[in-house]
Amino acid sequence: MKLADNMLVAASPANKPSGLSRRSLLAGAFAGGFMFAFQLPVRAANEPTQPPDTTEGKFAPNAFIRIDTTGKTTLVMPQVEMGQGIYTAIAMILAEELDADYAQITLEHAPPSDKLYGNPIFIIQATGGSTSVRAFWKPLRNAGATARAMLVQAAAEQWQVEPASCTASNGQVMHTASGRKLSYGELCDAAGKLTPPKEVALKDPKDFSVIGKPLKRFDTPDKVNGKTIYGIDAMVPGMAFATLAQCPVFGGKLAKVDDRAAKKIPGVRQIVVLDDLVAVVGDHMWAAKSGLEALDITWDEGPNAKISSKDIWAHLRTASETDGVIAKSVGDIAKGLATGERIDASYEMPFLAHATMEPLNCTVHFKGDSCEVWTGTQIMSRVQSEAAKAAGLPIDKVTVNQHMIGGGFGRRLEPDMVVAAVRIAKQVNGPVKVVWTREEDIQHDIYRPVYRDNISATLSNGKVVGFKYKIAGSAVIARWLPPAFQKGIDIDAIDSAADQPYDFPHFQCEYVRVEPPAVPTGFWRGVGPNNNVFAIESFMDELARKAGKDPVVFRRELLGKAPRMLAALNLAAEKANWGQPLPARVGRGVSIQPTFDTSIATVVEAEVDSQGEIRLRQVNVAVDTGIAVNPDTIVAQIEGGIVFGLTAALYGDITIEKGRVQQSNFHDYRMLRIDQMPKINVHLIKSGEAPGGIGECGVIGGPPALRNAIYAATGVALRRMPIDRDAIAERKKS
Amino acid sequence: MANLNINGEQKSFDAPDDMPLLWVLRDILGMTGTKFGCGVALCGACTVHIDGKAVRSCLLPVSAVSGRAITTIEGVGTTPVGAKVQKAWLDLEVIQCGYCQSGQIMSAAALLASTPTPDDSDIDAAMAGNICRCGTYVRVREAIKHAASERQT
Repeated sequence: MKLADNMLVAASPANKPSGLSRRSLLAGAFAGGFMFAFQLPVRAANEPTQPPDTTEGKFAPNAFIRIDTTGKTTLVMPQVEMGQGIYTAIAMILAEELDADYAQITLEHAPPSDKLYGNPIFIIQATGGSTSVRAFWKPLRNAGATARAMLVQAAAEQWQVEPASCTASNGQVMHTASGRKLSYGELCDAAGKLTPPKEVALKDPKDFSVIGKPLKRFDTPDKVNGKTIYGIDAMVPGMAFATLAQCPVFGGKLAKVDDRAAKKIPGVRQIVVLDDLVAVVGDHMWAAKSGLEALDITWDEGPNAKISSKDIWAHLRTASETDGVIAKSVGDIAKGLATGERIDASYEMPFLAHATMEPLNCTVHFKGDSCEVWTGTQIMSRVQSEAAKAAGLPIDKVTVNQHMIGGGFGRRLEPDMVVAAVRIAKQVNGPVKVVWTREEDIQHDIYRPVYRDNISATLSNGKVVGFKYKIAGSAVIARWLPPAFQKGIDIDAIDSAADQPYDFPHFQCEYVRVEPPAVPTGFWRGVGPNNNVFAIESFMDELARKAGKDPVVFRRELLGKAPRMLAALNLAAEKANWGQPLPARVGRGVSIQPTFDTSIATVVEAEVDSQGEIRLRQVNVAVDTGIAVNPDTIVAQIEGGIVFGLTAALYGDITIEKGRVQQSNFHDYRMLRIDQMPKINVHLIKSGEAPGGIGECGVIGGPPALRNAIYAATGVALRRMPIDRDAIAERKKS
Repeated sequence: MANLNINGEQKSFDAPDDMPLLWVLRDILGMTGTKFGCGVALCGACTVHIDGKAVRSCLLPVSAVSGRAITTIEGVGTTPVGAKVQKAWLDLEVIQCGYCQSGQIMSAAALLASTPTPDDSDIDAAMAGNICRCGTYVRVREAIKHAASERQT
């Protein structure tokens, strides 16, 4: 199906909560029987009152769909678009059941409202965790089908025929026998007067006309010509521009600042001094930046000024030796570990920054009794409530204007940039856009935690008997979604570890919560499974070698109870020519992952040169994600995820010295570039199962598969990320 | 008062001589299609054309481009090469978040203008300065080849 060229996403700041009906909202979401690990009985605390329905001339059967008398169909996007293609996928799901006319569809960002747009998995309005399609699959289909049923009923009443004798397609209802037709626009007034049906029939997936077809994305036409407005592009009449310096030492404060030189710079308007940061406000970013550089700032570095990576690792390693909370136990682990030959290993993961291409930014107009915010965020409602707190205003006095996001990756699951911008804006007369320099962005991130995983396993006759896996690391969930942190277990930290695709006779998964001193930690694309899949899949290769087995064969033997994973493994191995001879110092490595209800197997082929430098040759990924809503987007997400993950494996390492981050920009926090790219082949497995998650998934499998390719190529068993080139260089003859 | 020729139009404005073109475009002229990524010419998000060549605008003082022909992402579609690159980007669905893509498209258009049928090493050389955090590189390469093949038909 081809979409009209003029389909624009409304990115204007005009998306106020209006014309939305609360009648049916997400009733289906909570009653729909979702059985996700994340689902919790949390209620939104500071829910602002929604305005009353103003649906005159509009058919608004639920929070997601509005049709006006011209037939214009506005679909309200509960999840945010940050590149993952979710606007298109959500529109496809709604339009499939609505039988909408694609030419008349307009997409709109949802306003802040947990009640209307809360993610059924998190309850709050959040985009992350590869949840969008999984969480909204049923509610959105219900929303579309409900609207369609009402439009059909309206037409049937007008024609005085049975609704069952009518069909809908392409924004029209047709009476099959007589050939009479009415458009959705013509029907919207009558449909708006009907009571939504309690239950509606959803389409049989075999009748899908849109879902499953590669559809062109709605958001991309405006991204090739500079028209898309990201948060950083927000332009408010009369605005000033600001940039800031925060204390380079975590938790430090400002001692004093000499701003005499800065104030002399043309275009500098104002210096905002707060207890932990200084901002320079100017006519443009250049004035602000020049002004900031001219400041003479003295920081009170506080209690963290002596902390270094060495201390953080010593702390984590010690803590990782303590007993953890048991997250999962199968069989008798003590017995299992007492049988056969025992192997122990530990794996370690570094801090990582998100480095979204769009640096942190937020525009705020603080007007005394109200406050308006322009930004791109993964947490619309939380941004509103945090901005209100920082502004000292009631929530309903804060308007948030959502924008397209120039990379989220978890960074925009945090409101810290909004809070800082509001605090600055409170000192400024008029609207101010606060833009972080890349250096501030990297040095004041909320970092992917360091982890250490201790694994012990036993082998008997080449088979695993016992397998004990203990994760030690930060509990991001405990800070970010406290009600979800129960019994000392972080459900993200154990994700894809506690529930194993492998059929281990005796298995135990433990978690030790260890918060690194000083350094704030948060979600980073791929989240908990990045750590777990790396450690487990690296260890599986070491076990396979001990057992004298091929790594694919060794895994295959343990996947008897996971047929979808087994099929993915077999497909990836076949496509990668697994087992075919390779030149010296070239290896293939495999990894599998049961992540976000999607089964993925990845094979990386890489060469290690004599200096330990790596050339990526080829990546094959087999993906079973159930019903693929927009297959091309899924392929794109996997391709891009592979790059994101391999970038971290090759370069990602945020280190701490004297309480501050040592890296600052792309010269020392490096990214994979196009000239280093391998071929990436993504193989989708057809499936009729409910859709799984995708956005996080592509990131996870690359690092362990590359690590295992290096193991095959060099025999060196790496146990830390990023890859240590010295460890895998050929020993030079002196 | 400075004067610049941007996308074929004369623009007059006040700006310090040392102010980089990036901030003139974005903050003074409101042309926000050109993006800020790193500020030190490491990422390519701010790429524009100066007399047809791809240049990073974040370190380029505005005084250095007076009298030169400046093309930005807002105007590149009016050139035949630029239009073909944009079309190829959509045909192959290159874009994810899109933030770096203004720069990617500007680099690709400059490459194809000077090298109508680039090979992989030409693409590597022209595009290695443009970081994409979403990892769209596979499709960037394919789309450049696609645009190149369309040029000849």
